[in-house]
Amino acid sequence: MYGNDFGPADRPTPSDGAGGHLDSRDLEADFQAIIDSDGRIEPRDAMPQAYRKSLIRQIAQHAHSEIIGMQPEGNWISRAPSLRRKAILMAKVQDEAGHGLYLYAAAETLGAERADLLDMLHNGKQKYSSIFNYPTLTWADMGAIGWLVDGAAIVNQVPLCRCSYGPYARAMVRVCKEESFHQRQGFEILYTLSHGTSGQHAMAQDAVNRWWWPSLMMFGPPDAQSPNTEQSMAWGIKRFSNDDLRQRFIDMTVPQATALGLDLPDPELRWNAERDHYDSGEINFTELFEVIKGNGPCNASRMAHRRRAHEDGAWVREAADAYAAKHRTATNSPPGHAAA
Amino acid sequence: MPTSTRHLATAPSNADVSRYALRLGDDALISAQRMGEWIAAAPQLEEDVALGNIALDLLGQARALLTYAGQLEGAGRDEDDLAYLRDERQFLNAQIFELGNGDFGFTVARLLVTSTYQHALYAGLRHSADSTLAAIAAKAVKEVDYHRDHATQWTLRLGDGTAESHRRMQQGVDAVWPYVSELFESDALTTALAASGVAVDPNSLEEQVLVYVEQVLTEATLTRPEATVRHTGGRSGIHTEQFGYVLAEMQHLARSHPGAKW
Amino acid sequence: MTEGDDRVVTTEVVTGTEPQQLNAEGGHGAVPLEGVATQQAPQAAAARDWPLWEVFVRAKRGLSHVHVGSLHAPDAAMAVRNARDLYTRRQEGVSIWVMPAEHITATSPDEKDAFFDPAADKIYRHPTFYSVPEGVKHL
Repeated sequence: MYGNDFGPADRPTPSDGAGGHLDSRDLEADFQAIIDSDGRIEPRDAMPQAYRKSLIRQIAQHAHSEIIGMQPEGNWISRAPSLRRKAILMAKVQDEAGHGLYLYAAAETLGAERADLLDMLHNGKQKYSSIFNYPTLTWADMGAIGWLVDGAAIVNQVPLCRCSYGPYARAMVRVCKEESFHQRQGFEILYTLSHGTSGQHAMAQDAVNRWWWPSLMMFGPPDAQSPNTEQSMAWGIKRFSNDDLRQRFIDMTVPQATALGLDLPDPELRWNAERDHYDSGEINFTELFEVIKGNGPCNASRMAHRRRAHEDGAWVREAADAYAAKHRTATNSPPGHAAA
Repeated sequence: MPTSTRHLATAPSNADVSRYALRLGDDALISAQRMGEWIAAAPQLEEDVALGNIALDLLGQARALLTYAGQLEGAGRDEDDLAYLRDERQFLNAQIFELGNGDFGFTVARLLVTSTYQHALYAGLRHSADSTLAAIAAKAVKEVDYHRDHATQWTLRLGDGTAESHRRMQQGVDAVWPYVSELFESDALTTALAASGVAVDPNSLEEQVLVYVEQVLTEATLTRPEATVRHTGGRSGIHTEQFGYVLAEMQHLARSHPGAKW
Repeated sequence: MTEGDDRVVTTEVVTGTEPQQLNAEGGHGAVPLEGVATQQAPQAAAARDWPLWEVFVRAKRGLSHVHVGSLHAPDAAMAVRNARDLYTRRQEGVSIWVMPAEHITATSPDEKDAFFDPAADKIYRHPTFYSVPEGVKHL
């Protein structure tokens, strides 16, 4: 039988790898050999504890980001200015819920449990991408998020489709397929606004002014200040450095801004023929660190909204469990999940 | 719609068919607007996906019906003109669709009624003498079949779940019941259009819808309320107090930029 | 789950002005790497999520079922419906199997990848739907 293949006796525990198995250098060598040949590590393979933990952290926070990311865009569903835009935005936000679910499923193959991961999101022990702590103030923010934020995410995510851990790579293939329509939707919104009334054009430019720098910060601090990158690369989780990805994003996006008829709020952006890349101004990372610390405009409200949805829904989830327990037959429900 | 009488009735006017399509379209539009509010707020992530699907389906139905209504009207109004530029008294949805979502129990109770109603409606409308309405209904009936199934699954689980879920679900059923009868009211418009084979007479749907809903309620250990209060007026543009807020939120941005394209 | 050095005991708030350990991990990046727990003490049974189900989909007639991922659902009826929403977006003609994860017994297999196209009737999910000016690259 192929697929996620935990038998009850084989479910990995945190002590896997810390003790007996990885005393054998053969297992570690096998693991590294798969990585080095660009193969895929699958759930039942022996893996270093640190690799497992690193992936759980990354995948879980990725999933949390998708879920929290539903909020800034979900804000505008009820106010979308045309029925077509409303439908597209609904589909987009719904996709994000789906992405979160695919990613939680991938994290669970590593021995995490979704209830725990969500709990750690709610109590602050795990984080989500800081970009979602910015507010969506106007309709044009829907365009800016699609074009810039999702654009940056795509640059980040496409390499993950070839990451060394099979379930994560496969989830990313599915995510990337759906993500490309998100970015096009954002571009189209901005194009329409930019070429619309003067009020619409101003709305679009204002949104781009607010979202450009935070989008660049999505790629993290400069490489010199990101020592963790090396290990992630050795494990085939991270394929390119922060600076490489950021540069790639800038190079792709600047011509798109021209096509949009909108300016990017960086007077130092210019093509450098020698480097064959765009030069850009220095990023003020202090803002990013403040937002990560919890001082961004929406940190509190994003978490409050998320916790409230979860708490308000507790009675519903419990009801479903109770019903399943009452109606349990031999095959319609797994054992060991009786209502508490 | 007996075929023998169809050719005897006067051919329906575009204005009449337009108004009928507008009623159905407004039902779907306002329903979509309310369901959409659950996105990022649902009790479980799987439910965000499911309720989002339902909202998207309803919005698709609304767009098709409003577009058709505008075409028949012949005054150059498209789906967005109709959705964003009409005032409260010009909307023709039944009141049940505009009620606030309340808690998940109320939402499920309301969805059970409206999806069963829409399923019966579209199942009949597939045979409409109007080929556009028939085509819209043929697609929609598959979608609302899923909505009805979803509402049924949740009614069972909430009604026959915990004591608290039973209480909340019963409360939801009780709160929505005064708005049920309006769905089955006939008037001169629907009577005439039903006679010419274009529309489904709402009156003709009542029994099958209530039978289904009652079956589900019974299986869910819930009680069907007595129909003491019967609210009405939506088909003539008389809505609840909440409706103004629904439109204010939905229409504000579009109305702030007259003539703009989005 | 057993305790070990992987349970983070401090709920540290990232402080100070020196660059924090964070990078472009995951999708939207800019997440911390330090001070992030990867597990915690097991919760009471009442707080557990719905059971885990594995999902298998036959995309079209002639193909066999392929594992596409997993989801949580309270029972089989909801599992198969959730699977349809999540893994097929309700595309017709598809066959779905769901299986409680706990019921699967496995050996160490050679995994084969599979992915499945989103529903054809949801036109917004296909990038070519959008009008994008000629010559704009990378979209």
